[in-house]
Amino acid sequence: MIGMKLDALKESKPHEYLIRFVFGGVCTAAAGVIAKKFGPGVGGLFLAFPAIFPATASLIETHEEKRKEYAGMNGTQRGRKAAAVDAAGAALGAIGLIAFAVVIWRMLEGRSAVFVIAGATLAWAVTAVGAWATRRALVHRVCWRKRKSEATADRSVLGGH
Amino acid sequence: MTETLVRFAIGGVVVSLFAVMGDLFRPKSFAGLFGAAPSIALATLGLAVVHSGKVYAAAEARSMILGAAAFCVYATIVTWVGMRWKVGALKTTLALMPVWFAVSFGAWGLLRAAS
Repeated sequence: MIGMKLDALKESKPHEYLIRFVFGGVCTAAAGVIAKKFGPGVGGLFLAFPAIFPATASLIETHEEKRKEYAGMNGTQRGRKAAAVDAAGAALGAIGLIAFAVVIWRMLEGRSAVFVIAGATLAWAVTAVGAWATRRALVHRVCWRKRKSEATADRSVLGGH
Repeated sequence: MTETLVRFAIGGVVVSLFAVMGDLFRPKSFAGLFGAAPSIALATLGLAVVHSGKVYAAAEARSMILGAAAFCVYATIVTWVGMRWKVGALKTTLALMPVWFAVSFGAWGLLRAAS
């Protein structure tokens, strides 16, 4: 189930917000400079640059580590796994990013830029959430089949005795 | 210089907003979607339309498709490495960054050679 956890905002320290602001600002400014120097062909590539991805993955790992260590567990492995799961979500978000770019590329000319950019953002959200829901359904199906085949194997072993 | 500063400020705000949304949502795999939000693109494309016109912005968006595909490949490999090897998240994400450059510039070069 998708949910919101407002307490999660308290976990991030002010300097962590600052790091993400600076990373995002630098990458956006750099994308503009690159586009000016090398043209929209190269500049466009950087509109999908994984700008704050390393910083976010590192923060998720640290927060998960602290949470598990607070609960008396070894958090290192859990922290790494949490960062990997976040990366899996980002891969699906990137599929939405392709949809966003296609909408802008094909629809911008001759239409209101505000509406097209808003529509492209909606296309990102719908595609990313759709890809996430599809993957989740597939994973559940695979797990359900695995459990079912294990249960069948157990029954046949018990039946044999 | 002023334009770069404006880009920095807008980019910082938009990227931070999506990062906060990623912090708020659960489960982790869903929150991860916000790690690939169109934050830099939103901060850039509006300015590109105003300063350079719609044709220029559309050309940027066309290249962005390749950058986004490279992001998908990069994030998938980061997931795979993170699940299998005992390497820290920062090290993994930074060490694999050349994957994004290779895939995006490789695809762009191929497209350019073909057209």
